[in-house]
Amino acid sequence: MAIEVRIPTILRSHTDGAKAVTGAGKTLGELLDDLEERHPGLRERLVDDGGLRRFVNLYRNDEDVRFTGGLDTELADGDTVTVLPAVAGGAA
Amino acid sequence: MPAHSLLETIGNTPLVELARLSPAPDVRLWAKLEDRNPTGSVKDRVALAMIEAAERDGPLRPGSTVLEPTSGNTGIGLAMVCRLRGYRLVCVMPENTSVERRQLLTMWGAEIVSSPAAGGSNEAVRVAKQLAGEHPDWVMLYQYGNPANWRAHYQGTGPELLADLPGITHFVAGLGTTGTLMGVGRYLREKVPDISVVAAEPRYGELVYGLRNLDEGFVPELYDESVLSGRHNVGPYDALRRTRELVANEGIFAGISTGAALHVALGLAEKSAAAGERADIAFVVADGGWKYLSTGAYAGTLDEAAAALEGQLWA
Repeated sequence: MAIEVRIPTILRSHTDGAKAVTGAGKTLGELLDDLEERHPGLRERLVDDGGLRRFVNLYRNDEDVRFTGGLDTELADGDTVTVLPAVAGGAA
Repeated sequence: MPAHSLLETIGNTPLVELARLSPAPDVRLWAKLEDRNPTGSVKDRVALAMIEAAERDGPLRPGSTVLEPTSGNTGIGLAMVCRLRGYRLVCVMPENTSVERRQLLTMWGAEIVSSPAAGGSNEAVRVAKQLAGEHPDWVMLYQYGNPANWRAHYQGTGPELLADLPGITHFVAGLGTTGTLMGVGRYLREKVPDISVVAAEPRYGELVYGLRNLDEGFVPELYDESVLSGRHNVGPYDALRRTRELVANEGIFAGISTGAALHVALGLAEKSAAAGERADIAFVVADGGWKYLSTGAYAGTLDEAAAALEGQLWA
């Protein structure tokens, strides 16, 4: 089961500069555990004891995982997970 | 009835059914035309509400200087309100925002302080907070944390929507300060059981996310996750595609963030249609397309237009 994970510039020190990496898992939590084996330190940048870190957003196929079960969000083969830092946006 | 000030013409915007883009007779899309406000965006509501709150609560006096971090629309709305009420306005905006916005602000009499492009609005907020520290007599309205922002929508946009569309099932808007979603969302949640409140969040090029570390991220103080049912990330290609579909099918010439909201609204509409459920989905047309012509958003192929938006704050 292959899931593409898009990594923002700021976290590419954990992926040897790669913009995207591949991982596996039936849930987001399993995926992050799987990624940690090849990209040590990445998981800790995304998650702390309370779940997802405040200034990190993760999206499964463009939907924010905080609304789909957080780390329990179910994943399927071919899904894309995007990691983005929280920024002030909008035509504000 | 004639208005006695331009400020009286803010709000009470039209809601228009999108018959051609709606996927089924009982799954309908509705556009709330916030570009019909006097300076052309939804932010006129917020600008007036924040100024009136600051007048009521004390800090704003005749001749005061108002300070605000803004990538455009709020600044333009504030510039108009400040001009009519006699305040000086200083806007801090990222240098990678469109030339039209700068010219409009200058025309209405605002002074502009540029913040670095890298880091986007985060940097504008940081620079504005620094300026506020250096000039304690200036009044920073701070749309990201000012309750008057969401209350403008709780008291105006929300009730207008429900009055025009009592059967509303979904509300979609762009996510910036989060004021529109928080205000309309809270109002509709009180009045409409099972309402879905869904955010369309712009996904920018990498430059905009160029933070030095993750702790420098930013979540607006107004943001309350519990008001939302979902939050979708929309890239420039899909936003542009929908912006063009909106003008081609329905004649509505909207800004790019509206394309992102329409993209999410159409996704919800398809889901309802597939499930055989009735839906009335309202989304916000935050502004018109005029201010984005120089970005290339409406010229050439979608790929060319999307490439032109790389590195710009397009919503």
